[in-house]
Amino acid sequence: VSVTFHIPSVLRAYTDGRSQVEIAESPATVRDALHALWALYPGVRDRVASEEGQIRQHINVFVGNEDIRYTGGLATSVPESAVISILPAISGGQR
Amino acid sequence: VEPAALFESRNGGETWELVRGLFDHSHRPRWVPGNGGLCLHTILPDPTNRERMYVALSAGGTYRTEDGGKSWRACNRGIRVEFMPEKYPEFGQCVHKVVMHPSRPDRLFLQHHWGLYRSDDAAETWKDIGNGVASDFGFAMVMHPRNPDCVYILPVESDEFRCTPEGRLRVYRTRNAGASWQALTRGLPQKGAYETILRDGMTSDSLDPLGIYFGTRSGQLYGSTDEGKTWKRILEGLPSIVCVKSATIGQPRAPRKPEANRKRTVASKRITRKRITAKTKIRRGGRK
Repeated sequence: VSVTFHIPSVLRAYTDGRSQVEIAESPATVRDALHALWALYPGVRDRVASEEGQIRQHINVFVGNEDIRYTGGLATSVPESAVISILPAISGGQR
Repeated sequence: VEPAALFESRNGGETWELVRGLFDHSHRPRWVPGNGGLCLHTILPDPTNRERMYVALSAGGTYRTEDGGKSWRACNRGIRVEFMPEKYPEFGQCVHKVVMHPSRPDRLFLQHHWGLYRSDDAAETWKDIGNGVASDFGFAMVMHPRNPDCVYILPVESDEFRCTPEGRLRVYRTRNAGASWQALTRGLPQKGAYETILRDGMTSDSLDPLGIYFGTRSGQLYGSTDEGKTWKRILEGLPSIVCVKSATIGQPRAPRKPEANRKRTVASKRITRKRITAKTKIRRGGRK
């Protein structure tokens, strides 16, 4: 297993209820890793990314403990055996 | 204020100066905005120590100074975050509210973005006290002015659904510093009441027995004049309520001691007094 995704409870309806999804490929960047995730579970895509392919405003993506916002965004490199967490941001929810 | 910053005045509010010790903090680039923006919302000076003060910000966490604001340290040990991969980080907590009792300033109660906490050591460590509440998500938190074991909260369901759980409007009270909580519902709607109560939407007065008041985003003002035992709707039809403050008008009449030969009916007659409701700060279309 090269990369493990942590899926938040609100998105598990689109991953057959799975809280973790493993990707066998070795993606170089977060963008590549997400494309591999979309290929397995297409329903996740629209909830995490905008039509332009950017991470939605109220979603945070972490490689390990680092928020990719501070490490190069979608171009952030993904080390072997990395854990990528998708988490709803505290800025989200109903106003 | 938003973005999170603290200002200080040494001349009674004539002029204000940015507190650089906090503004230039090395954590600042990693603070992130909550639903209401990146705000510093709580300021708690220690009444027994002029050099010590706490602030809370979303998100950020709780910070404490011991040198009158020159330096600040994150004080969030034990506060769990659900929204980051690291569950107990040094900072990054989305603290919604912190309250302190002036007679016991080393004890603090805290409402987090998920989680109710108490500290007994001036915010060095925090202990989860969300025992038996309908939800440990929420914003408003009020300290009883005379009892350092008594705190009122108004839980909302979740960050995704920021309304009172199960459509029941319930204030919760602890009288044993969070060991247990009691739902206070008499006079509050318990069906279809999907209300949102914001961070500064609940307050108390200073009378005995204590009065508690809160306002909803749907523009309703509720109050209790018996420490939360019974409630009444005071006003409705207001714009979205973001902040409730109380003021006592006139002198409340002191309770008279019943004389030995007075008839029981007279002795138990309700003591009348002037109560608050005066200052309800309202902002149209306000955000939290």
